[in-house]
Amino acid sequence: MTTTKFVDIDFSRIESDRMRLNVGPQHPSTHGVLRLEVELDGEVVTNVIPHIGYLHRCFEKIAENMNYQQVIPYVDRMDYISSMNNELPYVMAVEKLMGIKVPEKVEYIRVIMAELNRIANHQIAVATFGLDAGAFTPFLYLFRDREYILWIFEKATGGRLLFNYFWVGGLANDVYPTFKEDVLNIVKQVRKTNKEIEELLIYNKIFIDRTANVGVLPADVAINYGCSGPVLRGSGVPFDLRKAEPYSIYDRFDFEIPVGKGEVGTVGDCWDRNIVRMREMEQSCRIIEQAIAQMPDSGDVQSAIPKKVRPPKGEVYFRCENPKGELGFYVISDGKDKPYRVKGRAPSFVNLSVLPEISRGYLFADLIVILGSIDIVLGEVDR
Amino acid sequence: METFNVFEKLLGQNILSALISVLLPLVFLIIYALIAILGELKISAWIQERLGPMRTGPYGILQPLAEVIKLIQKEDIVPAGANRLLFNLAPYVIFAGSFAGFAVIPFTAAFVPAEINIGLFYVFAVGAFAVIGIVMGGWASNNKYSLLGAMRSASQMISYEIPGALVILSAAVLANSLDMQKITALQDGGFWNWFLFGGPGGWSKIWILPFTLLLSLIYMITSLAETNRTPFDIPEGESELVAGYHTEYSGMKFAMFFFAEYSNMFIVAAILTVVFLGGWTSPFGSFMSGYWWGIFWFILKAMFIVFIQIWLRWTLPRVRVDQLMYLGWKILLPFALVCFVVISLYRIIY
Repeated sequence: MTTTKFVDIDFSRIESDRMRLNVGPQHPSTHGVLRLEVELDGEVVTNVIPHIGYLHRCFEKIAENMNYQQVIPYVDRMDYISSMNNELPYVMAVEKLMGIKVPEKVEYIRVIMAELNRIANHQIAVATFGLDAGAFTPFLYLFRDREYILWIFEKATGGRLLFNYFWVGGLANDVYPTFKEDVLNIVKQVRKTNKEIEELLIYNKIFIDRTANVGVLPADVAINYGCSGPVLRGSGVPFDLRKAEPYSIYDRFDFEIPVGKGEVGTVGDCWDRNIVRMREMEQSCRIIEQAIAQMPDSGDVQSAIPKKVRPPKGEVYFRCENPKGELGFYVISDGKDKPYRVKGRAPSFVNLSVLPEISRGYLFADLIVILGSIDIVLGEVDR
Repeated sequence: METFNVFEKLLGQNILSALISVLLPLVFLIIYALIAILGELKISAWIQERLGPMRTGPYGILQPLAEVIKLIQKEDIVPAGANRLLFNLAPYVIFAGSFAGFAVIPFTAAFVPAEINIGLFYVFAVGAFAVIGIVMGGWASNNKYSLLGAMRSASQMISYEIPGALVILSAAVLANSLDMQKITALQDGGFWNWFLFGGPGGWSKIWILPFTLLLSLIYMITSLAETNRTPFDIPEGESELVAGYHTEYSGMKFAMFFFAEYSNMFIVAAILTVVFLGGWTSPFGSFMSGYWWGIFWFILKAMFIVFIQIWLRWTLPRVRVDQLMYLGWKILLPFALVCFVVISLYRIIY
């Protein structure tokens, strides 16, 4: 079927009774405590108003009363699905402020951990997206694989979700001896499962019918709203900070930026956003393999950790490619051991703002799919 | 094998034989529902590489019983602003609709609860009854999600009932009867006599073989929609409507909905078995055939269809409400119509 929008009408000019439906904060598919005020005409969505703030934990205010190191666990709790990726821009911002150069081995471990966490994040994103479309089994297959990745994290850091592993200038501890073999096994397993998921879910006719041509986000709208990550790349814009302004050691690796091409529908539809995540997992696997091959065996991961983290006066903005998009931290230092101000630019928050724009005129069932394709984490939206 | 009601023959046509004829399907339904729930739990677990329930009894086989006990203990909540009468009535209307279908299900040559000569028509008519219960429950709940689910169910029903009815009509033309016992008896003598493979007759049936295969596929698809199961569980689509029309139900009333769903699954499986898979007849001629073996074959075939329903549920995503209607009206209906015309022509010629 090739319907673009279910109804393509300017709803502001039609007088009819609308139903106001309150979706969430307790609803199976709002991915957390998001509340959506949905205006329905029959089953057609005429307007969506997201209400956020149910998980607001004053991250930015707390950060003003903490040491620079003590902020790291709070950063973990922003996007709790990809904590490693959250820690990276924060510690790199502070390092940039202090002018610290971290050892080679630390850089490699950071990249491997961040990419592993990216895979884990995309697995959840694809799994819950399938769940939103009604497919339950791929969800469990992907969660099983994510569990293997969490085992590596647990062995290396002691935590499954919230690690506090990247420290300013180094790492909390070195990786364990069989780390490399474990990671390479994971890469194999991820590739195997992704093949299965493509057959079971991604190229399933029903799944394509549900997601192709739904929630089309044109590239210009995506850029105007400041979208980033797979949401932006799904619309065909090849913008990835790992390539655009390589940080850490990403310039040493050979990988591609997958973009949405409208393979089964229109460029920028839900299917495209999802396939970008699937392909990014493969690219992350490639990066991990190269990093494992290049990683130096010896080296002290804590040699560059300063005794006192007391950056000089100044301010810095550092951004990284989070699995969900561009995560940036703006840190102002007034020369004390506590930051004067830490501001997080959360990709989920920015990406969520595009939801009303792309869901008007679709059916209510599509709204859930569109929300799933944006892949938000409420911990990061509310902070 | 001749067909008759064994209880009427033994006890005469009195209240006792009638009571047994009614109670026996009910007892069967309860036992079947427990087995099917366990099957659903275990099969879904195996598909998803889990173990499923393991704590209640050996390999968790007592899990369905535990769940029934849990549901009985739960508080019976009627939401504020609900229409109490309709809210309380709806689960029983749905269950009555699906249980009434058991009246004409021929379990074996010697037993069918009510032997009426328009059995297929009857079972379709009472099957449509369930949607009244769904709309009642959805409307009376005073919940927008329930209402949306009920509306979806009502619109869904029309789009799948019509192709489904055409399939049954084709089968009736082929069998020259609406009596489920007669249709079954016609297919006696081996699986090549099943209506799935063109029904009894000489080599001329090769002309309609592809059409009967197609018809059984169409009926399989519409039966999935009738039972509100994935990929057509649109009225209760969990990720969208929480639980659809039974969002507000708890305790035993919810159990009645659950029960009705499983009973419905068996009804549609039984119709498919009777019409296309030869009902209680043995697939291998006179091998293992007889009144007792009839029960075995019938339940085996029906449970296989139930297994397919469970299998599909845990494999496929859900279609959207307009896509189901597209499927019903624009794909299944024309195909069913073509099959109907071809089979009618075949009946006229041969």
